[in-house]
Amino acid sequence: MTTPALWIAKTGLDAQQTKMSVISNNLANANTFGFKKERALFEDLLYQNVRQVGAQSTQNTTLPSGLQIGTGVRTVATEKIHTQGNIIQTQNSLDIAVNGRGFMQVLMPAGDIAYTRDGSLKLDANGQLVTNGGYTLEPAITVPAGAQSITVGTDGTVSVLEPGNTAPTVVGNIQLADFINPTGLQPIGENLFRESVASGAPVVGVPGQDGLGTLQQGALESSNVNVVEELVNMIETQRAYEMNSKAIATTNDMLGFASNTL
Amino acid sequence: MDRGLYVAMSGAKQLLQAQASNANNLANSNTPGFRADLEQQRTMPLFGPGQPSRVYALTERPGHDFKPGALQHTGRTLDVAIDGNGWLAVQTRDGKEAYTRAGNLEITPEGTLVTESGLPVLGSGGPIVLQPYQKLEIGADGTLSVLALGANPTEMAAVDQIKRVNPDNTDLEKGTDGLMHLKPGATPPASADVKLVSGFIEGSNVNNIEEMVQMIQLARHFENQIKVMKTLDDNSQASSDIMRMG
Repeated sequence: MTTPALWIAKTGLDAQQTKMSVISNNLANANTFGFKKERALFEDLLYQNVRQVGAQSTQNTTLPSGLQIGTGVRTVATEKIHTQGNIIQTQNSLDIAVNGRGFMQVLMPAGDIAYTRDGSLKLDANGQLVTNGGYTLEPAITVPAGAQSITVGTDGTVSVLEPGNTAPTVVGNIQLADFINPTGLQPIGENLFRESVASGAPVVGVPGQDGLGTLQQGALESSNVNVVEELVNMIETQRAYEMNSKAIATTNDMLGFASNTL
Repeated sequence: MDRGLYVAMSGAKQLLQAQASNANNLANSNTPGFRADLEQQRTMPLFGPGQPSRVYALTERPGHDFKPGALQHTGRTLDVAIDGNGWLAVQTRDGKEAYTRAGNLEITPEGTLVTESGLPVLGSGGPIVLQPYQKLEIGADGTLSVLALGANPTEMAAVDQIKRVNPDNTDLEKGTDGLMHLKPGATPPASADVKLVSGFIEGSNVNNIEEMVQMIQLARHFENQIKVMKTLDDNSQASSDIMRMG
């Protein structure tokens, strides 16, 4: 025995549950640098045509309205929203924020490139610029031992002042990669994204040129999660969940009443 | 056996279908641009020899609730909501035109503007294809202005216009794909008075309270049918008891 109403309400519970997971993930990452908030998107499922509108009810008459019953809801996607987060001044010379479009490139251990907007860089034992996870920036930039200061220009030029020198030396350039559809990038954790079929191929360029954002030293991009918005979403999700579970309870009561009474 | 039992059974069966339609509205209370389905019951008298005393029930979907849903601010350029009446035109998989109010749009790697389910959004001449851009703005009349990569802010160019239509609500019907289709007849021309707002999505227009009340009503109505079936069962039990000897 299948009762459509029970299964339809169940799809509603599933969808709200997914939305709740997305909201809690956003809230948990409200203070993660370079994090982009996610949202769950729903779509109604196919409709069952129980009775076709306009069908012949007799030889001379047609049904004025039919009966199409939907089969519930499904989560069609969870998508990242790539709006700019706030720029927070940290005064740390290795903190770099991207102001505008573009991602910094990171070399993964497997040899492929990942993309990030979390610019809280560090130096490793060899003097290379690395992310929090220890992955080197691509192209690699090595800061010589004993450098007095590091300066990152808005166009990505990294220069250091070495002891005994009066003029700074350029040691490398940070490049940015842009995508036609950043929403299509696949998040892989550790604040990193990977190129996907949906994102399109990366277009690598110099910061500040061809529509790419500029770099800002001594600052970080905070997450773009709006905590108040997430809380409102949470209330809405909880109520929708409750009402769908109420629909299951009511249908169950109806069937229970039928089997107990008859 | 009394035929009334079958009349009551038809009522209970049709009420369960109405309950399914109701549950579908509740399940879609967070689906962007969703329009609630209405359901009603109609009497279907059965004519035969003698009085048409047997009247069966028939659940049907007379239409949809076309009230606008609440606008939710998202700040994302590619989210467009319709302020007031009207629809966005999209191309279905079989190349036909259908209408939706779910304006959370996406861009494919090829630059085609699509809906969340991947259907191309129609512009002034078929699907809209955008070149890589650094900034996109969607105007109130659906005009897409694009600042190409590397261009100066003064070079913002209008490239296409999203097709918006505003047919009479009675001409529209929800297909099995959940999109609105025009009932057989002519394609309505693009309507200039449909206003878009970028950075917002329109929520579902399901009124949860209304659906809950409807659900209770349907449940009680269902119980009444069962009660009638029970009474008829008791009646036939009583009549067979009379016949019993001793």
